[in-house]
Amino acid sequence: MRHIISILLENEPGALSRVAGLFSARGYNIESLAVAPTEDESLSRLTLVTTGTEDIVEQIIKQLNKLIDVVKLVDLTEGAHIERELMLAKIRANAAEKRSEVMRLAEIFRGRIIDVTDSNYTVELTGTGHKLDAFLQSLEPGDLLEVVRSGVSGIARGQKGLRV
Amino acid sequence: MELTGAEITVRCLQEEGVEFLFGYPGGAVLHIYDAIFQQDSVLHVLVRHEQAATHAADGYARATGKPGVVLVTSGPGLTNAVTGIATAYMDSIPMVILSGQVPTKLIGNDAFQEVDSVGITRPCVKHNFLVKSTEDLAETIKKAFYIASTGRPGPVLVDIPKDVTVNTAEFVYPKKIKMRSYNPTLKGHTGQIKKAVDLMLGAKRPMMYTGGGVILGGASQELVTLCKALGYPVTNTLMGLGAYPATDAQFVGMLGMHGTYEANMAMHNTDVLVAIGARFDDRVTGDLQKFCPVAKIVQVDIDPSSIAKNVKVDVPIVGDVKGVLNSMAEMVKDGDRKPDADALAAWWAQIDEWRKIDSLGFTASDTLIKPQYVVQKLYEVTEGKAIVTSDVGQHQMWAAQYYHFDQPRRWINSGGLGTMGFGLPAAMGAKLGCPDLDVACVTGEGSIQMMLQELSTMLQYQTPVKVVNLNNKYLGMVRQWQEFFYQKRYSMSYMDALPDFVKLAESYGHVGMLIDKPGDVEGALREAFGLKDRTVFLDFLTDPEENVFPMIPSGGGHNEMILGGRDAMVSTSEEGMVLV
Repeated sequence: MRHIISILLENEPGALSRVAGLFSARGYNIESLAVAPTEDESLSRLTLVTTGTEDIVEQIIKQLNKLIDVVKLVDLTEGAHIERELMLAKIRANAAEKRSEVMRLAEIFRGRIIDVTDSNYTVELTGTGHKLDAFLQSLEPGDLLEVVRSGVSGIARGQKGLRV
Repeated sequence: MELTGAEITVRCLQEEGVEFLFGYPGGAVLHIYDAIFQQDSVLHVLVRHEQAATHAADGYARATGKPGVVLVTSGPGLTNAVTGIATAYMDSIPMVILSGQVPTKLIGNDAFQEVDSVGITRPCVKHNFLVKSTEDLAETIKKAFYIASTGRPGPVLVDIPKDVTVNTAEFVYPKKIKMRSYNPTLKGHTGQIKKAVDLMLGAKRPMMYTGGGVILGGASQELVTLCKALGYPVTNTLMGLGAYPATDAQFVGMLGMHGTYEANMAMHNTDVLVAIGARFDDRVTGDLQKFCPVAKIVQVDIDPSSIAKNVKVDVPIVGDVKGVLNSMAEMVKDGDRKPDADALAAWWAQIDEWRKIDSLGFTASDTLIKPQYVVQKLYEVTEGKAIVTSDVGQHQMWAAQYYHFDQPRRWINSGGLGTMGFGLPAAMGAKLGCPDLDVACVTGEGSIQMMLQELSTMLQYQTPVKVVNLNNKYLGMVRQWQEFFYQKRYSMSYMDALPDFVKLAESYGHVGMLIDKPGDVEGALREAFGLKDRTVFLDFLTDPEENVFPMIPSGGGHNEMILGGRDAMVSTSEEGMVLV
C-alpha cells in the first residue's frame, strides 16, 4: 500500500538526513520526499510517500516518531486528504503543428506554458501523480525533453490539521 | 560570570554529578583537558584506546544505572569510539559522548583530524548534536543527559568544535529541560494493563519472558512481586539475566539459541506469553514461523517501535515496565480472579519433566579443564555475588549459563552488537562504579587480545579485576559453527602464536596464573579473589573442542534444540545457512 506521511520536523541542520538515513538503514522505500520551511521558522514540513505492508508502514511511523527531531506526524492516507505534485516538463515544439498540439494538451490538463523558445515549450502542471503521469503518456514518444517533479505534498481535508 | 566553553563543559559534568570521565586527549579537546586539569571533582580515566573509553563508560553505566560519560578528540578519536557507541546503542545503555571537532570555520574543509562525527554516529546513537556556539553548549549538554537517560536509554553524542571551547558565554545550567519533540510515554494504559491481566489469569500454560528492559527500568523487585503472586515460570533473555533471581524455583533459565531445554520448550508450548522489556531478538525467537505457535502474546515496552516489530502481539502496552508491573501486581492482588491452580500444577509438572533432561549437564574430565567447570567454580568461589563481565563467543554463553545471577546489574555483556573486546574495559568501568564488589571478566584468548592494552589503565587507576581467560586456542564460537555447518573446515579460527599471558600480565604490573589441570581450578580462583587489591589474569587452558549446548541451529524453532554430547549431530536447513 502507498502511504503519504506528513511530518513536522525541527528545522535543524541534519534533521533531514536523520529521516533519509532511517529509511536507508532499515531498508524502507521512499518514493518521493518534499521538504520546505513552514510559517513557523523553527519547523520544516516534510511529506514523504512510501510503500509497504501495513506492518512495515506501522514500523516506519513508529521509527519516525522515535527520531528526536520529529515533532509530529500524520499518515494522510488514513483519512480524506488532498495531494498535489508540481511538474515542469520541457517538450519539443519545433513545428507549428506540434506547438498547437502541446498547447492544446496543456489546456486540457490545466497546465500553463511558462517558457517558450523556437524549439520547445516548458509546461507547468500540478495535480496528483496519476494526472501528471497521464499528461506525460499523452505526449508523442520522443517529444519529452526533460521533466522535473517536486514529489508529493499533501494536506488533510476539513478541520483536521497538522500543527504543534 | 562568563566562562569559556571548556570550563562550561566541565561545569556541566559537575552539575550532572559525573564521577568518572573516560577519555583520551587530542588537539580538538585540549582546552577541555586544560579545564579538567584545574578541578578535581570529575575524575578523568585515561584509557589506552578510545574504544575502551566507551566500553568502560558502558560497564560503569550497566553496573550503576548512571549514564557513562566519554570524552574523545575529533577524527580518529571519534571513529575509534564508534564501536563502543554502537555497542551501547544496541543494548540501550545511557551514555553521553563528548567529542572534539575542528573549529567551526574549518568544518567541511577536510581539516586535520576532521571527520563528520554527527554523520558517522547518526545510525548508532539515540541522538546527536553539533554545538555551533558557546551560548548553546550548556543547554545542549543538559539535553544530552536528559535524552540519554530517559525513555528507552541510549548513547547521545555532543560534538564540540574547538572554537566553541575557547569562546565565552554566561554559564547557566538549566534545572529542567522540556522538549516539544521528545516526550517518552511513561505510564502504561490502564485498560490495556487490565486486558493483559485478564489474559494472564486465564492462562493454562503461562510464561513470563523478560529482558534487559526490566534491568534498565529498575523493575526487578516489581517483577519478582508479580511473578510470586502468579506462581508462573520465568525466563530471562541474555540481557535480562539477574532481573529475576536465577536460584529461585520459578526460574527456568535463559531462553533462546543457547537457552535451557525447559525454557525453550515452555516457550514453544505456552498459551499466554508475557514479554516484559524484551524485544524478540532473533537469538531469542529462532525461526519466527515456529515461534510460540499457540500463544497469545502480551508485550510491555517503553519503546513503541519495539512492540510488534518481529512478532504479532495481542495486547501491546507502551510504558515504563516498573509502573506497568506494579499495576499488574495490584490488579492480581486486589482482583477476585486467581490463577488456575490445577492447570498451573499440570504445567509445572510438565516443566519439571523437561528440567530432568538436565540440558546444561556436561561430562567432567580429570585431565582436561572444561570451560563450564571453570564458570561453575567461579560462581562458587564468589558465592554468586560478583559482577561478571564477558566478551563475545562461547565463554559468554557459558558464563550466562553457569553463573546464576540473583541480582540485576551483575551480568554485563554485549548482547545486541556482540562486540569482542568489550569485557575488560567494561570490567574496569564496573569496578570503578562498584568498588566494593568483586568483578570478574570472563573472556577468551581471542576477545581479550582486542582490548588487552587496558591492563595498563587498570594498573594506573587501581581497578582490581579477575580476568578469567577460557583459553581454548580457538575462536571457539566460529570453530563450533564451522564444525557443525562447514564440515570442520576451521577457516581462520585457530589462534596460533599466542602470548604468554602470565608474563604479559606481569609486565603490565598484575598477577598472572596459568592453570592447566582441573584439580587446580578452584584453588587458583580462591587465591586470585584473595588478592583483593590486585588484578589477576587467570589463563585457563581448557578443552579446545568443547561446544556450547543446548543449541537451536539457525532456522530452528524452540522445540528443535540439539542437546549436548561431543558427538551431537547439528545441522541446519538451506534457509538456516543464510542466517547469522
